[in-house]
Amino acid sequence: MNAQPAPIVVAHQVSKRFGPLLALNGVSLSIAPGTVQCIIGPSGSGKSTFLRCLNQIEKIDAGAILIDGELIGYRRVGDTLRELSDAEIARQRLATGMVFQRFNLFHHMTALENIIEGPVTVLRRSRREAVDEAMALLARVGLTDKRDAYPIEMSGGQQQRVAIARALAMRPRIMLFDEPTSALDPELVGEVLAVMRDLARSGMTMIVVTHELGFAREVAHDVVFMDRGEIIEQGPPAQVLLSPQQARTREFISAVLT
Amino acid sequence: MTGHPAARPIPTDLERLAGLAIVPRRYYGRWVAAAIILLLFAWVVKAFAEGQIAWKVVGQFLTAPAILNGLVNTVIMTACAMTLGIVLGVLFAIMYMSPNPVLRGSALFYIWFFRGTPLLLQLLLWFNLALVFPRIGIPGLIEFRTIDLITPFVATLLGLGMNQGAYTAEVVRSGILSVDLGQSEAAKSIGMTRLTTLRRIILPQAMRVIIPPVGNEFISMVKLTSIASVIQYSEILRNAQTIYYANARVIELLIVAAIWYLAVVTLLQIGQFFLERYFSRGRGERRSRQKANRGIAAGGPP
Repeated sequence: MNAQPAPIVVAHQVSKRFGPLLALNGVSLSIAPGTVQCIIGPSGSGKSTFLRCLNQIEKIDAGAILIDGELIGYRRVGDTLRELSDAEIARQRLATGMVFQRFNLFHHMTALENIIEGPVTVLRRSRREAVDEAMALLARVGLTDKRDAYPIEMSGGQQQRVAIARALAMRPRIMLFDEPTSALDPELVGEVLAVMRDLARSGMTMIVVTHELGFAREVAHDVVFMDRGEIIEQGPPAQVLLSPQQARTREFISAVLT
Repeated sequence: MTGHPAARPIPTDLERLAGLAIVPRRYYGRWVAAAIILLLFAWVVKAFAEGQIAWKVVGQFLTAPAILNGLVNTVIMTACAMTLGIVLGVLFAIMYMSPNPVLRGSALFYIWFFRGTPLLLQLLLWFNLALVFPRIGIPGLIEFRTIDLITPFVATLLGLGMNQGAYTAEVVRSGILSVDLGQSEAAKSIGMTRLTTLRRIILPQAMRVIIPPVGNEFISMVKLTSIASVIQYSEILRNAQTIYYANARVIELLIVAAIWYLAVVTLLQIGQFFLERYFSRGRGERRSRQKANRGIAAGGPP
């Protein structure tokens, strides 16, 4: 490895509290552009919270997050950090696309309307251009025939693929996946992972919180194991998943595999 | 548990059993109930037909200019007061849910005051505003005599509209609360601001919950406008009264007014049906669609 590119995501000593619960405790992580970062860990370990902090759905209590070199959520003025306005935070969120565990497609819109909503209302692109691009994205996730279907008329796997297309339509630099297959029937997991694998191959920077260890081993460049708000272990998938160094990691992996 | 009870023997002509014709269940109770209700209804109709009602007078006044004029005033007031009520309701619901304590406090005060005092009292307050402020306007720039500004129409509109706004605010708030939090998170994640999220994602879905109670209130409003007769707004009931004070045909004119109220309410109810259907897109017809999907899934490849 020579001439390493500057990381596209830098989290430094990030902490987040929910009342008495310390959800994130000094998490530091750097992610290089074009890599797939998987985050695994038991429920309540803070992995989803970390992802939501990157997208500013949650506000961090301490530490700093930089995306593409830009400080997230605050502006530095002298020795103080000033909170950004609603509009500035909305602009910063354009760098990241998010895929949720429960899909969160807009129920009152068809698949196509879900995908063009952001480009048309937020990016102010022309409707025709947005529709063309949305159709290309629907083709990419294999759902051209579902363009006029409402979310309720689609299976979970189809909804999640539309949700991925909706996020991609904003042309984000980074894609965040929050347990994208956890709410799916087992036979539908494969179709979503296939779309994600395809996306990884195209060179998209991806941060994936997942319980799919097979997917992590195959696709991830780097795997982080989190527990109780801290990063316990980090390294290439072969190391973290197959010969973990930490006892807690070993415990978790053997529990998931049995 | 010790073993199963002895199983009943299986009929030998199973093949024939499966092919027998099905006779639907009969509902005798319904027929009896329907007969009783029809009988009662016929009795009421007969009573009214033979009673001391001059139906010719009803027909004659149904389209009398004063009545039609009152009808138009009633419809206009209903539309204006409801529009004001809904605009204020949405505004105050959003203020109530805002993180800004000043906005929340103001909304709370508004709802407290206008829901907490009788509508009739509010109408009288607006109508008599001149007693408190003889002139209103911006001093030195523009000024009106309050008595010219607060006509019966304006006083009624303010009274009904602002009262309605306090109730509608709570309806809108419950509608907004009914929308899943994941919807606004998804909206944020594609870079929407709070206001855009509200306008494009939350309110359209909240409408599904908001429409039925607001439709109900719309229908209430048609009839509530009659209260404005106390401050000389000439809506249909007031005009009917004016006529029967002169000709003493009390019941006939009340029937005329009732017919028109029913006609307007019927139209509104039809409108509500179509509005509800529109805003439940992607949600309504759930059952029939799921059935259809199941049929496809069963027949087609996985």
